[in-house]
Amino acid sequence: MSHQSYEEQKRFVVRGLILLGIITLVEVFVALLAKGHLGMEKWEGAMHYLYMLAMVSASLYKAYFIVFFFMHMAHEVRGLAMSVLMPTLLLVWAIIAFFQEGSSWGASREKIKEKNEQVVTPAAPKTGHLLVPSTTYKG
Amino acid sequence: MADTSVKHAHETHEHDSDNTGSWEGGTEPFKASYGKLMMWYFLLSDAFTFAGFLIAYGALRFSMPTWPEPDWVFATAPFLKGHWPLIFVTFMTFVLIFSSVTMVRAVQEGHRENKNGVVFWMVMTVLGGAVFLGCQAYEWTTLIAHEDMTIRQNPFGRHSYDGVYVMADGKEASYPDGSPISFKKGDNYTMHHVTRDANNELKAEGLLYKNKEHDIVELPSTKIKYTSGPDAGRTIEAPFGPKAFGALFFFITGFHGFHVFSGVLFLAIIAINAASGLYVSRRNGYEMIEKIGLYWHFVDLVWVFVFLVFYLL
Repeated sequence: MSHQSYEEQKRFVVRGLILLGIITLVEVFVALLAKGHLGMEKWEGAMHYLYMLAMVSASLYKAYFIVFFFMHMAHEVRGLAMSVLMPTLLLVWAIIAFFQEGSSWGASREKIKEKNEQVVTPAAPKTGHLLVPSTTYKG
Repeated sequence: MADTSVKHAHETHEHDSDNTGSWEGGTEPFKASYGKLMMWYFLLSDAFTFAGFLIAYGALRFSMPTWPEPDWVFATAPFLKGHWPLIFVTFMTFVLIFSSVTMVRAVQEGHRENKNGVVFWMVMTVLGGAVFLGCQAYEWTTLIAHEDMTIRQNPFGRHSYDGVYVMADGKEASYPDGSPISFKKGDNYTMHHVTRDANNELKAEGLLYKNKEHDIVELPSTKIKYTSGPDAGRTIEAPFGPKAFGALFFFITGFHGFHVFSGVLFLAIIAINAASGLYVSRRNGYEMIEKIGLYWHFVDLVWVFVFLVFYLL
């Protein structure tokens, strides 16, 4: 940040505050709108997916702004930025895999319940085995 | 007097560590000091911890047939009566953004070697963190003491099917004009006045629901009757919400709050050190402020995602 004058730096901070504040206010406003608190019907179906996409994008933008400008990642050398940011890409797979896993638990809920309630009668034991006296399983 | 001693210490330090070669630590990898680099890698590992928690939240949420709606659960605010969805948590988010901004100002003043500026903005940041913790204490108190949510129970539910509310005597509940008090699939309700009986089973005295005028009122019974789905026509007890919700909420916001708490402690210590003039003698542009600043911004960064998954989605 040394290339900026002190006045420029101060202006930048105020701009950052306004930017993050406005994004947050818009997020909350849209959330209240989408959930039917501001006189509109609840957003369902495709609108709901659009809503989730918008919220995730806005949050990712806020995260980018904080990391690159408040934490000065934009002014670090490329190697440092890459060594911190690249590993987070592993999370992409973690998200896909675990959300898939979670949906699968949800989908097997009925089946698990059914299996738990199933009453199984064990097969009648063999009698008269060479090593086990025929009275072993009785009573 | 103070000035000369400081200068002397600085010269001695220079003399002791005339380290310019790579083996003496003269070459900084990535042009960042050891402390700053390690702070970045610590934050990366911490990001994975939080990501693990939040992904677990997602996986469990996807595995549940219903999940409480945030604007129904998080709707109380101090000094305000009634239903104020998401308003208080928006305030909390603003508090954290403000304290992040004051942190940036402290780092800038550090680069100018302006001790008073650093201390002033550090104190502002500490105050921001403390206000956030206070807000969280209020939020937790409301949820635990007034709304009966704990890590083992979650009174916030959503109906799986369309249906009607039923009074304790088995008759369908109705409005004064005689029309039945009905609900739709996905509508929210809260188990009210939760207790545990002798067998440690959860019980509630009533249900909070939204009537047709959109007011939240209490039904003196916890019975419902679905008009669709496999249980259609049978009067049943309204189920509690998925209890994973309470556990996840308290663990994840608690872990974040613990980060805020430790951040406030470290910020306070570093502010005192700065005020004592410790960092003047180091002549490295108050690098310690930069390092704790990285941590503090990270706490704000995590809140962006906690806010997203718990309160917005």
